[in-house]
Amino acid sequence: MSTPTETPPAAPTFDCRKAFAEEIIALAQEDPRIVAVCNDSVGSSNLTGFRDAFPDRLINVGIAEQDLVGVGAGLANGGMIPFVSAAAPFLTGRALEQIKADVAYSATHVLLCGQSPGMAYGELGPTHHSIEDLSWTRAIPGLRVLVPADPQETRAAVRYAVGNPGGYYIRIPRHAVPAVNPEGTGFELGRSVRLAGHSPGGEDVTVIAIGTLVSRALAAAETLRAEGISVRVINMSTVSPLDADAVLAAARETRGIVTAEEAIVSGGLGAAVASLVVQNQPVPMRLLGLTEFAPTGSTDFLLEHFGLTADGIVAAVREVLGHGGA
Amino acid sequence: MLTTDRATAEKYLATRKELADAPVEDVIAALTAMATQIRLWDLEMINRAKLGHIGGDFSVTDILTTLYGAVLNVDPTNPTDPERDRFILSKGHTAGALYSTLAYCGFFPQAELATFAQALSPLNGHPNRTKVPGVETNTGPLGHGFPVAVGHALAAKLQGSPRRTFVVMGDGEMQEGSNWEAAMTAAHYELSSVTAIIDRNRLQQGAGTEDTKTLEPFPDKLASFGFEVRDIPGHDFAALLLATQPSTTGKPVAVIANTVKGKGVSFMENRVEWHHKVPSDEQVTQAVQELTNA
Repeated sequence: MSTPTETPPAAPTFDCRKAFAEEIIALAQEDPRIVAVCNDSVGSSNLTGFRDAFPDRLINVGIAEQDLVGVGAGLANGGMIPFVSAAAPFLTGRALEQIKADVAYSATHVLLCGQSPGMAYGELGPTHHSIEDLSWTRAIPGLRVLVPADPQETRAAVRYAVGNPGGYYIRIPRHAVPAVNPEGTGFELGRSVRLAGHSPGGEDVTVIAIGTLVSRALAAAETLRAEGISVRVINMSTVSPLDADAVLAAARETRGIVTAEEAIVSGGLGAAVASLVVQNQPVPMRLLGLTEFAPTGSTDFLLEHFGLTADGIVAAVREVLGHGGA
Repeated sequence: MLTTDRATAEKYLATRKELADAPVEDVIAALTAMATQIRLWDLEMINRAKLGHIGGDFSVTDILTTLYGAVLNVDPTNPTDPERDRFILSKGHTAGALYSTLAYCGFFPQAELATFAQALSPLNGHPNRTKVPGVETNTGPLGHGFPVAVGHALAAKLQGSPRRTFVVMGDGEMQEGSNWEAAMTAAHYELSSVTAIIDRNRLQQGAGTEDTKTLEPFPDKLASFGFEVRDIPGHDFAALLLATQPSTTGKPVAVIANTVKGKGVSFMENRVEWHHKVPSDEQVTQAVQELTNA
């Protein structure tokens, strides 16, 4: 458990949901096949602007997630490109079999957009926390699981998914995040983004993070750099297919790996990285994430509670290096 | 992916053309012969594979025959034509009846039916659109086909296309909540191009539908959800031909096709155990006789 000493990041933060909304409107202006499908979530899926611009192309099936995903698959079958958008816990949990059978197994071009994942709905409690979504979606063969970490990457991921047919689950953060990727970074399926490290003496430990944890990993790297520990930070934008080359290079070239995700560790990013590492190049690992349902609290409180902070990442890096707890 | 049996497909298309202007008696005679052939192939497939869902296959065969024999705008030589009508078999466990029908139309060679359920065959126990031309979405788990059909009909509406969407569901399958979600969407969006056909054989895997979870008053339920309801005898080709005509009310259409599970074989008819039972050699001989002499 980390101590609450972390200072808030000074960098300006941006809203990925806004980036998502603007990008799909821009895409819809370019391509008449694009439609948005939602479950009474016009507001929470940030589709108000889309509805105003394209009233006929916003389909609201009401509170009915199984129908939502099936309708999305049918729209794709009819030659449209549907963004199927809903709160992440319900989109994935309620309609998981539709995601499997109608989207992934049927090989339809459907873009499932999980809004407000992780513990974004802090005080609303574990029914509304989407911590299992990565485990569930990653288990489905062929489904592409994208976790953009900042608005620029959100735009690039959405644009990539429109242009490359297949079934996607795109996890769109609710809370504003700082820009983490270098300007001009695009999106490539299965390719991660290496963000920090490259110290002359080599890098000591790798931190592989996604979504809201990437900026915290960068902050942790800064803290450790001051102590002479060099950290390679990887933004694993695609959880499935995983960037195996980057993971195995990290296992070869650094002394251990820490993964960090706002999700349950069983089956998520940590499990994905660990299963690859243990079968090819075993190194010490620490998996940061949830292991149980969250107690009551705000998102920030819960992230602290589970050690999903820069301090928590610092501590995990030290453990991997054998320095023990800080 | 299987590919078109061109000779069979061309014969099918020529027959469709002839029947389009033929007297209804001739259409019914052609459909009757087609249905018999489909049931015989299906029986042979299931007997060879030693698995399948023959009871539901035989109850749905006349519906499939009507659609592919006289109603659907599909072309086995161009199975992905964007302007084709869509047919979705939501009761995917009756894949055997669908495969036999698609082979009859030339979507793939009839010889492929011999591979049904064999290792690495494209003909899985439940249909797969990436392997079998003519299959529009992968089904098997119940309650999936109707939402997909609704989505397709929305696409057609947005595109201003006249193409139609048909989905066939089992009556037991209507116990799935997702179907009622889809029904509400179809009615709300006034998707009159959708025809949902319910194979009302009154039996599900374990028991009668009314003994398991009551569907009646079924026509009233569908009507109250905003459907134009057509309650018909489901093995009567004249009735099926009428019931598959476009909506007359601007509402989506629900056809309750009252059928007989195991239709055409005396020892299977209305018997719950024939949901997925494999006939013995003697039973196969008897079934062939009954189907051929009907």
